Amino acid sequence: MRVAIVGGGVAGILTANYLAMRLREEIRDKKAEILLISERDKLLYEPGLLYLIFNKLEEKDITKELKYLLDPSVKLIVDRAEKLDLENRKIKTKSNEFDYDYLVIATGSRIVPEEIPGLVQYGDWFYNLDGAKRLREKLSRFKEGKVVVSVMGIPHKCPVAPIEVTFLLHEFFKIHNVRDNIELVYTYPINRVFTLGNVSELVEKMFEERNIETRTFFNPVEVKEGKIITLEGEEESFDLLIAIPPHKGSQLIIDSGLSDDGWVPTDKFTLEVKGYDNVFALGDTTDLPVSKAGSVAHFQAEVLAENLSAEIKGLPPTARYFGKAVCFIETSFSEATYIWFDYETPPTFVKPNRFTHWMKIAYNRMFWLTARGVL
Amino acid sequence: MIVDARGSYCPGPLMELMKAIKKAPVGEIIEVLSSDASSAKDIPEWVKKAGHELVEVKEEKGYWRIVVRKVK
Ligand SMILES: Cc1cc2nc3c(=O)[nH]c(=O)nc-3n(C[C@H](O)[C@H](O)[C@H](O)COP(=O)(O)OP(=O)(O)OC[C@H]3O[C@@H](n4cnc5c(N)ncnc54)[C@H](O)[C@@H]3O)c2cc1C
Repeated sequence: MRVAIVGGGVAGILTANYLAMRLREEIRDKKAEILLISERDKLLYEPGLLYLIFNKLEEKDITKELKYLLDPSVKLIVDRAEKLDLENRKIKTKSNEFDYDYLVIATGSRIVPEEIPGLVQYGDWFYNLDGAKRLREKLSRFKEGKVVVSVMGIPHKCPVAPIEVTFLLHEFFKIHNVRDNIELVYTYPINRVFTLGNVSELVEKMFEERNIETRTFFNPVEVKEGKIITLEGEEESFDLLIAIPPHKGSQLIIDSGLSDDGWVPTDKFTLEVKGYDNVFALGDTTDLPVSKAGSVAHFQAEVLAENLSAEIKGLPPTARYFGKAVCFIETSFSEATYIWFDYETPPTFVKPNRFTHWMKIAYNRMFWLTARGVL
Repeated sequence: MIVDARGSYCPGPLMELMKAIKKAPVGEIIEVLSSDASSAKDIPEWVKKAGHELVEVKEEKGYWRIVVRKVK
């Protein structure tokens, strides 16, 4: 039995490691084999980008080579998958072709700033490593003017990161005694500052206390030098634009005819790809109504590994994913809160406090244990 | 033009409508079908702010039909 996992992000690596632990004997007896096909040989811990732009973490702290993270029994193939042929159970990569018995699609999501004219030229972002490094440089020199943090599409990775970066910018400028010279504006596509109502209320209040302005129903269609133009017909000027660019799924999903936008039609409880009982999807690539978050990928990987290993052993796959998500929300450099929620339970939160912030800082280091399947 | 966003959750249907509006010619009628009740409130609010015309909001069996005309 060969399980092929495509995508070496959090979702793919965790699934591979959990499966390897559950299928030790089968792998040793050559009854099972786990392949991980990844176009990159490193894992980037994306939540660390939020700290990198404020010089709190470095590139070396947030990247590790896959070969050090994966269980030795997982076969790593560093290659780009170009076509998934679900009918014939084949994966075509740039330089090879693989058969599979079970396929796990974990190709994540990516930013597509080029979809908004002018954004690449005039905007900045911290949603990938290059963008974050550029932004760090600009922030280190920014002393006065107008900063706009603009969410340019939903869904995007880590729904709370734009809120966190806005809180942290406020404090960063305060520490450097320039906050009074800076206008800070946050924009969001819908009629409130976040998708979930009660989180919105809390954040709106905290923004007000910090003199952070908001614009809602704000959907950029073009960026020109120093100004954003929206679908609603408004304009907003800026000196520094920190965009959360639009997101898409992997080109592989589109090229394989699984969907037009790269989000894979997935069963919300079993994670089966609709129409195929031997193909599964998890992490950012699914079309599920859950956050595109590493924590979601983590909880889904637990469910998927339990079920897939049961099937391979001839046992009933009993685990179900109920939409569990956990997100820390840094509200300053010394305090944080967190929300957890699932398909049925709306989020609740605690008052921002130091302990939750310490937990997050500790998790930034402990993440590598999660990636190895230990934590 | 019909945007069938049934099965998608807030703010999915509104984001789908925005995508359609960007592509449609002025004067085009766009019908959004949504099974998420909050669309019946959020979409008309956005249509008003963006300066388009709300033609109809109607509850069908198990979903909402929201009809919008692109004005500019
Ligand atoms: C700034 C920022 C802050 C964040 N903060 C948090 C946080 O605090 N908490 C949290 O839970 N989440 C956070 N996230 C979100 C989290 O990082 C993502 O949800 C998570 O990485 C998703 O994992 P994934 O494996 O599904 O996808 P990805 O990490 O996108 O991985 C997909 C992998 O598949 C590979 N791939 C794609 N196509 C192919 C192909 N054709 N062939 C081979 N390989 C392919 C990609 O190269 C990539 O390595 C944050 C994200 C960002 C950007």
